[in-house]
Amino acid sequence: MAIHRDHELHGRRFGRNLGLGLVLGAFVALIFGLTVVKISHLKEGKLPQAEATQ
Amino acid sequence: MSDLSAIDHGQEAGFGDFVQLLKPRVMSLVVFTAMVGLIVAPVHVHPFVAFTAILFIALGGGASGALNMWYDADIDRVMRRTASRPIPSGKVSEGEALGLGLALSGLSCLMLGLASNWFAGAFLGFTIFFYVVVYTMWLKRSTPQNIVIGGAAGAFPPMIGWAVATGGVSVESLLMFALIFMWTPPHFWALALFMKDDYSKAGVPMLTVTHGRKATRRHILVYTLLLAPFALALALTSVGGPVTLVAALVLNLMFIRGAIRIARRDEDQAEMDGYKAEKAFFRFSLAYLFLHFGALLVEASLVPFGLGGW
Repeated sequence: MAIHRDHELHGRRFGRNLGLGLVLGAFVALIFGLTVVKISHLKEGKLPQAEATQ
Repeated sequence: MSDLSAIDHGQEAGFGDFVQLLKPRVMSLVVFTAMVGLIVAPVHVHPFVAFTAILFIALGGGASGALNMWYDADIDRVMRRTASRPIPSGKVSEGEALGLGLALSGLSCLMLGLASNWFAGAFLGFTIFFYVVVYTMWLKRSTPQNIVIGGAAGAFPPMIGWAVATGGVSVESLLMFALIFMWTPPHFWALALFMKDDYSKAGVPMLTVTHGRKATRRHILVYTLLLAPFALALALTSVGGPVTLVAALVLNLMFIRGAIRIARRDEDQAEMDGYKAEKAFFRFSLAYLFLHFGALLVEASLVPFGLGGW
């Protein structure tokens, strides 16, 4: 048996790391999208009422 | 942690175990009701902002689920239904659940505040506090009315959705709250009648244990009767309309009929047919809530065509 053979545990850890990586990537995309929407709203001067009053 | 010590544990959590901590099935109800609350509100919200808001409301709900599993790990170990949850099964440690729950709570409130408005963010924070501290830590183990009060936490999401759009509270959002709040007790007590979980061994004062099953049957009927006026009142507000009113009338009549059937039976009859009426009532209760909120959604989507609404 090769010394580098993965234990089942490594597979599970990889899955966890991959999952977390994807979640973080999605979070970045979400913030970016939100920024674009908010800034374009600011430019057009049509912030929703609830925010305009703050 | 070295690899060796990890292998000794044998049961290291995968990504899915952390997802299980967030109670995904409860989250789906939160997503649906929050979405309806947001869509039926009279203020237009940009679709991407709406999507983000609902996502973070769901995440906040998930965070409170993780904190609930952290605090209730002792109960979950004892009861058969919950013994396979991530903490009792040894896949996730209590500290990890606490950390995840706290981190996601902070993140979801902050992000909801930034994405929509701070009232909605604070409201989400209050909901998490209510579910974790008031319900889980305090009332769940001390009163047989635990389900009634716990129901409030589950009833807040449509109000948060409404607050995302309007930045406040109104009669409509309060009635959406009342609908879920009054619906929760009969829904859970019907489940408690046929699940026969060992709540007494776990030290949770369920109504079926403290006041007996006969009293539970009566309680189901009383709450179902009290629920109907709220459902009808919601149909008469600005978010309602003919579709909602018809739906409310039909659904509540059917719900009350089911509750009367349950109240008239005793345990022997229920044992004989394998809790058929109780199971049917429980299944219908899920459809009841889904169709009520679905009707509101239909009403809102008819408005642009000059139909729907009053």
